[in-house]
Amino acid sequence: MPQQPRLLQGNQAIVEGALYAGARFYAGYPITPSSEIAEECARLLPRVGGVYLQMEDEIASIAAVIGASLAGAKAFTATSGPGFSLMQENLGLAVMGEVPCVIINVQRSGPSTGLATKPAQADVMQLRWGRHGDQCLIALSPASVKECFYLTVTAFNFAEKYRVPVVIGADEIVAHMRENFTVPAPGEVEVIERKKPTGPPENYLPFAPEEDGIAPLAAYGSPYIFHLTSSMHGPDGYSNNDPANAAWRVAQLHRKIERYRDEIVLTQSFEAEEAEVLIITFGATTRAARAAAKQARARGIKAGVLQLVTLWPFPDKEVAALGERANTVIVPEMNYAGQVAGEVQRVLGPAKDLRRVNKYNGEVLTPAEILQAMA
Amino acid sequence: MKKQYEVILAGAGGQGLIVCGIMLAEAAVLEGKNVVQTQSYGIASRGGFSQSEVIISEEEIIFQQVQAPDLILALTQAAFERYAPLAAHAPLFFDTTLVKTGPGQNLYGYPFLTLASELGHEGMANIIALGAMAALTGMVRPESLAQVLRRRFAGQTAEMNVKALYTGCELIKKDQA
Repeated sequence: MPQQPRLLQGNQAIVEGALYAGARFYAGYPITPSSEIAEECARLLPRVGGVYLQMEDEIASIAAVIGASLAGAKAFTATSGPGFSLMQENLGLAVMGEVPCVIINVQRSGPSTGLATKPAQADVMQLRWGRHGDQCLIALSPASVKECFYLTVTAFNFAEKYRVPVVIGADEIVAHMRENFTVPAPGEVEVIERKKPTGPPENYLPFAPEEDGIAPLAAYGSPYIFHLTSSMHGPDGYSNNDPANAAWRVAQLHRKIERYRDEIVLTQSFEAEEAEVLIITFGATTRAARAAAKQARARGIKAGVLQLVTLWPFPDKEVAALGERANTVIVPEMNYAGQVAGEVQRVLGPAKDLRRVNKYNGEVLTPAEILQAMA
Repeated sequence: MKKQYEVILAGAGGQGLIVCGIMLAEAAVLEGKNVVQTQSYGIASRGGFSQSEVIISEEEIIFQQVQAPDLILALTQAAFERYAPLAAHAPLFFDTTLVKTGPGQNLYGYPFLTLASELGHEGMANIIALGAMAALTGMVRPESLAQVLRRRFAGQTAEMNVKALYTGCELIKKDQA
């Protein structure tokens, strides 16, 4: 029977995407505007033999997710700014231990507990730099219910393939928005499983990358017994303080992402190739940007939109290619400092005519506000 | 029908405006249309300004918020006053038991709350309003809304709500007769 279109909320679509990707473990602590993810997981995971755990806080939530992933499950959690802040230390452990997991951060207006029910896009830098030390991960940002679904599948695929935490930096707008969406049939969308060791268990090196740059990951409870530590470790997982090993390890955590950069960096162009006025945008603001560009084109302005679907690693190449040929670049975002605008300026240089549109009062950024920047 | 309808449902938290928006959107999905439903509310679960927006379109809906409403429902005095200036361009529905106002162009005042009580439950005021709004504009068919109600509620409750829906439709038919 063909799948029927349904009215789905962004948060629901994230859960549908997670289940589609094979996620069978969720641990979390509910927080607006992400709570519907917890609710849906509590309802749906037991039906597919999965586990839903409500934890005492967000620190425990991400710890449980890391444990479940090491036991072989595709695992995830969801939160908002205050909870995402609490998760940073253990998220660093997941990076260091190369533990696949997905974290949904539905951004709301801050700082601190801020405006709990209102949207913002002010965690862009936290997604990338929230934890200490030389580390990197992948961050994606959806602009619609459809993208909530597909990017969650993609997030699990990236996490499992590259042994890295993947964060979805959603916002209150897409998370609470409802749209018609048809969940694809099983098999229609690619789902990637993590690479497991195949040799004799006694020879298993959990942190020795193979030719593809990624080390296979065994499941706790299997014959492959291994040690995992947040401290600097060698290929066998045990502590190793040799400077050469430390340099190699830190570089390896970055290299495995850099090597697959072109697969990981996703962008969408909306008449951006010929744009004289290029709007560079992400998340829900993409929709205001596209509406503004459409209105501008109707007035004879050659406007286009580049949507940064992947926020980290930052799409330098794509921003440079389209940004350099545009006369004017506009970066609208729902934060004060221009967190993405700063990155765009870094790529395009200080001489570029770059116009920032920043909104940080908890209200939605509108097409009219972007159009004003074209004047 | 028009290619696109932009609807605002405004009032206070607890009046069922968001669920009203969801049901309208679900009816549109049943009819194979594109739809976006958004909401804006405060941190209180009862009271405070609350609003649901629905855009129904035969084409892709780019910006998710209502830009120029075609239809407005106001269930509090504050919501009515906020949207009264737009009534010249969009029919403004309101509850005469909740909102005090003089006569005006494009104003559609009905005692939704009283009618709902008479039908058995005050909580169905939003459904009566939805029926009236659908009957006036044709943005979705009443049968689609009835189907949504029967899917959401069971047995006696479903039938009471369907009755509330058609009571709303009748308000418009009577006025137009």
